[in-house]
Amino acid sequence: MNDNVVALPDEHKFQARIDAEEKIEPKDWMPEGYRKNLIRQMSQHAHSEVVGEQPEGNWITRAPSLERKAILLAKVQDEAGHGLYLYSAAETLGATRDEMIEALHEGKAKYASIFNYPSLTWADIGAIGWLVDSAAIVNQVSLQNTSYGPYARAMIRICKEESFHQRQGYHIMMTLMDGSDEQKAMAQDAINRWWWPAMMMFGPHDGESAHSAQSMKWKIKRRSNDDLRQQWVDQAVQQAHAIGLEVPDDDLTWNEERGHYDFGPIDWDEFNRVIAGDGPCNRQRLAHHKKAHDDGAWVREAMSAYDAKRRAKSSAA
Amino acid sequence: MTDELQLYEVFIRSRRGLDHKHVGSLHADDPQQALEYARDVYTRRSEGVSIWVVASRDITASQESDCESFYDPLDDKPYRHASMYQMPEGVDSL
Amino acid sequence: MTDSALIAKFAVRQGDDALVLGHRLSEWTSRSPFLEEDLALTNVALDFVGRARMFYQYAATLTGGDANEDTFAYTRDAREFSNLLICELPRGDFAFTICRQYLYDAFALPFMQALMKSSDQQLAAIAAKAEKETKYHVRRDTDWMLRLGDGTEESQGRMQKALDDLWGYTGELFDVDDVDRALIAEGIVPDVSLLRDQWLETVSDTIARANLELPQADWKAAGGRDGIHTESLGFLLAELQSVQRAYPGLKW
Repeated sequence: MNDNVVALPDEHKFQARIDAEEKIEPKDWMPEGYRKNLIRQMSQHAHSEVVGEQPEGNWITRAPSLERKAILLAKVQDEAGHGLYLYSAAETLGATRDEMIEALHEGKAKYASIFNYPSLTWADIGAIGWLVDSAAIVNQVSLQNTSYGPYARAMIRICKEESFHQRQGYHIMMTLMDGSDEQKAMAQDAINRWWWPAMMMFGPHDGESAHSAQSMKWKIKRRSNDDLRQQWVDQAVQQAHAIGLEVPDDDLTWNEERGHYDFGPIDWDEFNRVIAGDGPCNRQRLAHHKKAHDDGAWVREAMSAYDAKRRAKSSAA
Repeated sequence: MTDELQLYEVFIRSRRGLDHKHVGSLHADDPQQALEYARDVYTRRSEGVSIWVVASRDITASQESDCESFYDPLDDKPYRHASMYQMPEGVDSL
Repeated sequence: MTDSALIAKFAVRQGDDALVLGHRLSEWTSRSPFLEEDLALTNVALDFVGRARMFYQYAATLTGGDANEDTFAYTRDAREFSNLLICELPRGDFAFTICRQYLYDAFALPFMQALMKSSDQQLAAIAAKAEKETKYHVRRDTDWMLRLGDGTEESQGRMQKALDDLWGYTGELFDVDDVDRALIAEGIVPDVSLLRDQWLETVSDTIARANLELPQADWKAAGGRDGIHTESLGFLLAELQSVQRAYPGLKW
């Protein structure tokens, strides 16, 4: 990105609009960097929703009650819907969904690294809904004020729909903690495995985040990674303790002075490894998405052919 | 491959008495299918009582460059707004 | 059998059809040809799971005791499941899924419409809800039959194969046994054997419009209502019931 080129008059007007908390809309002039950065962030967000269908989708056929099955189906369907809203918002910037999917398949576009961890027990469905969705929501609530209109509107819609996601997850955990010793152990094991990956969802510390400064100036991002992470930790710790779950962090202590929890160091090596493709499930996640896309190619081709035939018929008539 | 499918804009009337409001877009083969997908995608929580879909390419939109000539000339007509007219105290319902 | 035992049996059969078919549909989530269809198919899956719950809940109230919807879904073996075979066949490709849905929903529509007139109010109420859903399903299915039947050579080939593979399973939709006969006599359930002609007419018309050929099947698979299933059902249930079987009697 060329952030240091001489600012043009257009660019002044653009930044002034952002500083005045006005939204940028699709047809507006915008710096190429803003457009690119947004497409990157929104498509990454969309991919996360869609790839995020998988770890939970993994349990749809094994949900332990019919009610849980219906809830999980609806929830995973929402993820697909949210992916769609976000692709749709990104398309207003001139990126096509195909290009975005291609970038995902080629490994050029990222998605949230958390979805590269496996969902191994039913309790993981609780942990994902509770921890992962609540982390996502903390971030998404801040994005309801993002400067790009279609993105902000998609976020508002998504936040509204997602409020049930974290609750159903927490409800699963609650039920398990209220159950047999095996169920309690299952719940504890799930938080042990998902806690740290959820902490990493907020991204690197503010000083080390590659895109942060410019994104904040453009108001593509509204709050810093560390700020959001702290908010999440404070609420999640309290929720864990309320149902008797232990948080797997020996350094976790309440800091009276700050009015926040202090927490232990995050394993950034692991984070970087998983982002770079070396997580437990990266290959399966991409392969799953690619297979569905490839298996569907004949369907999409048939649709186009049908449409072409029909148009030929109606123009001949 | 999906970009061979057309892009449609979706408008939903959430309640009787309200306008249709733009909610987003989707891909479909034709308007009929777009309507069905709009139902599946945008009304999962009974958000609508009526749906419009329009092929995105059929929308003619004003450009930012039109702004000056379109909207600025309308800025200097305060007499179109009730707030310009000061009414004496005690005069209501006007 | 008393009336209520017969009605419970009928409700469980309907619940089994809906659950097993809904389960197969739910296998599509995150695997559909494109995102819009992923949402749409999941909606259909949700309709069927919801339908299963309504029938099971009613069966549970008739059965009494500790039974609830999950008792039926999670604690019976394949031999006790009474769904039609067409519902349990593995999901196959998208053509197979569409053809199965179309053949089944085209039956379910007149069936639910007839069941809405049941002298049993609860069955009539469930049917009324299912009928609304089914109208939408049939509209979707028919649309897809045309698109894929009259699309490319490949899609047409896949659709024809799916139809041929499924056709022999459609006869069972119209079978009537003693349980049915007893309930038909009392106006509680419709006589499905009388729905066949209407179904065949609708289906033949769609198949012709879709540029496909009506299969000339000289085989008919049946046995679902008696618990004689295809081998795939055991695996479906093993998956569906795995948590409940590993940790019996717990709340989730």
